[in-house]
Amino acid sequence: MKTASAAGRQIYLLFAAPGLTLFLAFWLLPMLRLVEVGASGPSGAAAYLAVLTNHHYFMSLLSTLLLSAAVTVATLLIASLVGLFLQRNRFPGKAILLSMLTFPLAFPGVVVGFMVIMLAGRQGLIGVVSNWLFRDAWVFAYSLGGLFLGYLYFSIPRVILTVMAAAEKLDPALEEAARSLGANPLRIFTDVVMPALSPALISSGAICFATSVGAFGTAFTLATNIDVLPMAIYNEFTSYANFSMAAALSIVLGAVTWLVLAVARSWSGSAAGAAA
Amino acid sequence: MKHSFRFYVQLAFTLLVCAFLIVPIVLSMLAGITDNFFVGLSSGFTLRWVGQVWDTYQLTIWRSIAIALACLVVTTIAGVPLAYMLARYQGGNSRLARAIEELLMMPVAVPGLATALALIMAYGQYREFRSSALFILVGHVLFTLPFMVRPVLAVMQSSQLSVLEEAAASLGAGLGQRFFGVVIPNVFSGILAGALMVVTLSIGEFNITWMLHTPLTMTLPVGLADSYASMRLEVGSAYTLIFFLMIIPLLIAMQWVTHTTQSRVRL
Repeated sequence: MKTASAAGRQIYLLFAAPGLTLFLAFWLLPMLRLVEVGASGPSGAAAYLAVLTNHHYFMSLLSTLLLSAAVTVATLLIASLVGLFLQRNRFPGKAILLSMLTFPLAFPGVVVGFMVIMLAGRQGLIGVVSNWLFRDAWVFAYSLGGLFLGYLYFSIPRVILTVMAAAEKLDPALEEAARSLGANPLRIFTDVVMPALSPALISSGAICFATSVGAFGTAFTLATNIDVLPMAIYNEFTSYANFSMAAALSIVLGAVTWLVLAVARSWSGSAAGAAA
Repeated sequence: MKHSFRFYVQLAFTLLVCAFLIVPIVLSMLAGITDNFFVGLSSGFTLRWVGQVWDTYQLTIWRSIAIALACLVVTTIAGVPLAYMLARYQGGNSRLARAIEELLMMPVAVPGLATALALIMAYGQYREFRSSALFILVGHVLFTLPFMVRPVLAVMQSSQLSVLEEAAASLGAGLGQRFFGVVIPNVFSGILAGALMVVTLSIGEFNITWMLHTPLTMTLPVGLADSYASMRLEVGSAYTLIFFLMIIPLLIAMQWVTHTTQSRVRL
């Protein structure tokens, strides 16, 4: 509206009022309160440093970050291969295959945890098959290995969709040109396809990383003693009633995820956080 | 059609990934109707476990549906006008609009555990509120609001809405008339996409809900976690089966809506 007066603009703010009031009252103010509670423990504001100075919290943070990084790398590899393949080929049953690959998108963390138990738990498929093949039942659902599988499970569908959307915009003429200049498929992949996909990969990788860092349901289902930061926070809050420490750790966890998304967005130049 | 060797290698890999995602779903659905999963399918099929889940957890299912519908109402009432403001305020390209969009995403980006703890610390002392399902509804609304705002905003930005609105304005339609008579009908596909997403996410929300729930306000996913921890594998599976039966139609509808609106806008 080019002709909108200042008064006309104010009216649009009224439209935002209900949503913004909800958000301010139930998210922003509580978050500020959480910051305050985090600094109200025996160690004061130093509680925010505990994640670095306390050995136990530091190890939780470290394993959370390493696990999430490993999941992100594995997801990006798997999802790019599958996403590119699906984008570029037509074959019967493709639509069904694609919907099956994206179904787990909306599964809550607890259900993903249960899926891992179905695969790698005490009565799981992997255990049965490995027992039959090697006389040795592989059961790793209740450890970091199971958590890795679970995070992979909910990350792959998200990234496949992003890769496909990005690959759709890829100009086939560029590859054609590279091929006519004598580039082999690998060369075309690293020099033409990857650079074009990288903004999408960076942003979806960041979301994958951030989701894994904060995922609570999957870890909760698999075992309460897996040492990742969300479980540490949960245990501080419920088992030890250490509210200020739980608050401080939550703020640190939130800051880490927010930072990852912000950095990725400045790298990829697109709205990384907005696609979560 | 003749395909190369590379095609079949890639197809095999894709099928393998698909199996990784789908086989556990099929297994758990089977386990939910198997008499004794440890013995195997040869023990026969039964609806006993489903019945047991229905007796134990029926209330959590109804409660989840009620919360999801309430969540849909609130996010529609709050979210659609908010999207309109984001699309229109100062031509839709103001710093304020971008800051609001950014802020709205925070409850999605920041771990649910942190949001839940913040709500408890800030409002936990109001006992009535704390122990009601409203407390959970608030958490769900925060989490799902951006999923209503974004598709609606996308449709508003991509369609000919500003032209239509100008036409309506030149014919003398006021702001209210334009909003209800022109904007809402034209962004309906966005609202539908957002609505499906909101309901699906609310029914499955666990990270925030687990901290906010009380024994009297258990929702479906909380019940799932409870049954996984304390019941037999078959009971947990039967409950998961019920969850899938609820969520899969929503997912199919979502894919259908995305597919049909794709020509107009990428959600």
